[in-house]
Amino acid sequence: MKIAVLSGKGGTGKTLVSVNLASVAKTATYIDCDVEEPNGHLFFKPKNIQQENVAVTIPQVDSELCSGCRKCVDFCKFNALAYIKGNLLIFEDVCHSCGGCIILCPEKALSEKERVIGKIQKGNSDQVTIYSGILNTGEANGTPIIKKLLNISKSEENKSECNKSECNKSEQEKPALDQPDELTIIDCPPGSACIVMDSIKDADYCVLVAEPTIFGTHNLNMVFELVQIFNKRFGVVLNKCQEGENPAKDYVLKKGIKILGEIPFDHELGKLNSNGEIIAKEKEEYRQLFSSLLEKIKEDFKENKGEVHHETASSS
Amino acid sequence: MKIVIPVDKDNMETDVSSNFGRAPYFLLYDLDTKESEFINNSAASSPGGAGIKAAQIIVDSEVNALLTPRCGEKAADVLKASDIKIYKTSGTSAKENIALFTKGELSLLDEIHPGFHGQVGN
Repeated sequence: MKIAVLSGKGGTGKTLVSVNLASVAKTATYIDCDVEEPNGHLFFKPKNIQQENVAVTIPQVDSELCSGCRKCVDFCKFNALAYIKGNLLIFEDVCHSCGGCIILCPEKALSEKERVIGKIQKGNSDQVTIYSGILNTGEANGTPIIKKLLNISKSEENKSECNKSECNKSEQEKPALDQPDELTIIDCPPGSACIVMDSIKDADYCVLVAEPTIFGTHNLNMVFELVQIFNKRFGVVLNKCQEGENPAKDYVLKKGIKILGEIPFDHELGKLNSNGEIIAKEKEEYRQLFSSLLEKIKEDFKENKGEVHHETASSS
Repeated sequence: MKIVIPVDKDNMETDVSSNFGRAPYFLLYDLDTKESEFINNSAASSPGGAGIKAAQIIVDSEVNALLTPRCGEKAADVLKASDIKIYKTSGTSAKENIALFTKGELSLLDEIHPGFHGQVGN
């Protein structure tokens, strides 16, 4: 089962929830898709780190062959090409690697070249396998890294399932639900843009983390709309809960969204977390909180598999 | 000598647009003949790289100088490759800036910003 954790606004507690959910599961894969600022590794402190570069394909021009027809310049929707004084200029970081210019060029003056934009790291910590995507500073688009992260983890998952089926043929073709141990937690980037859409695309369940501020509620609404467009099962975790007003909770109740759990605004919790500790490992109370949260997610997924929230469907 | 100014409206009473790549129009002005022409900026609605496309339009219109309140680095790269000089506008109206430029009172734009990249500038 794949659980994506998202929030709209940054700093609401996506990583707190993701890391602790992965930690309370017996075995889990944690994927940090927040490629601009991956910080899950600070908590897991993974060992046996393997690293792989992520490259995108961009065009390069052979000026001898270029006739200056500008078909590529006119085609590019992102304006990554310009033709100035007999020279084709290519803006590499604007290019979205669609390859259209290379296909279109009648003179075959454009060819592919690779450009490294970041890397993926894999490591482990106890029973958790950790993947982190890291986008190089100054790069604009982390989507290729997220695609690679999710593909690699997917192919490794299949590999491990194959190994199992060799030992025990009856295990073959078991749906994800019957293997509660095969849990993947996807720690999404903040916001609701392309990079988040790619992160949640293959998720079975989305956990929306909310904080009790008006700003947080506004951005909660954005991811709430997003998960509905993607037809995902989802529920909300209310973080930083304290006495008094909670605009996020009011919103969630009004929309009839399932509340999976509430995390208190707690000094000790904040201190442990900011010291890079996994709070579920430090205190039984927190371990229980995240264990019950994980159980609720699994139950909600099992009960409503393949269905959309009735309440939300009618209120949207 | 021909100059170009990013502008908000397609008449001579227009203000200079605060944005180069996504300005609605460009005013082409010939200092010798005093002729003016307004062209639509087709880059304004680009999903990305508006500055690059706008700069390409400017280069294709064969002007000698661009008068703009600011310019992103990619647009500046395109203009640099074409020898078009970038001057910083002063005040709000297009007319006023044409007059200042004619008197040699506008200075070269030395501050190139790193671009807005889809965010709204002000």
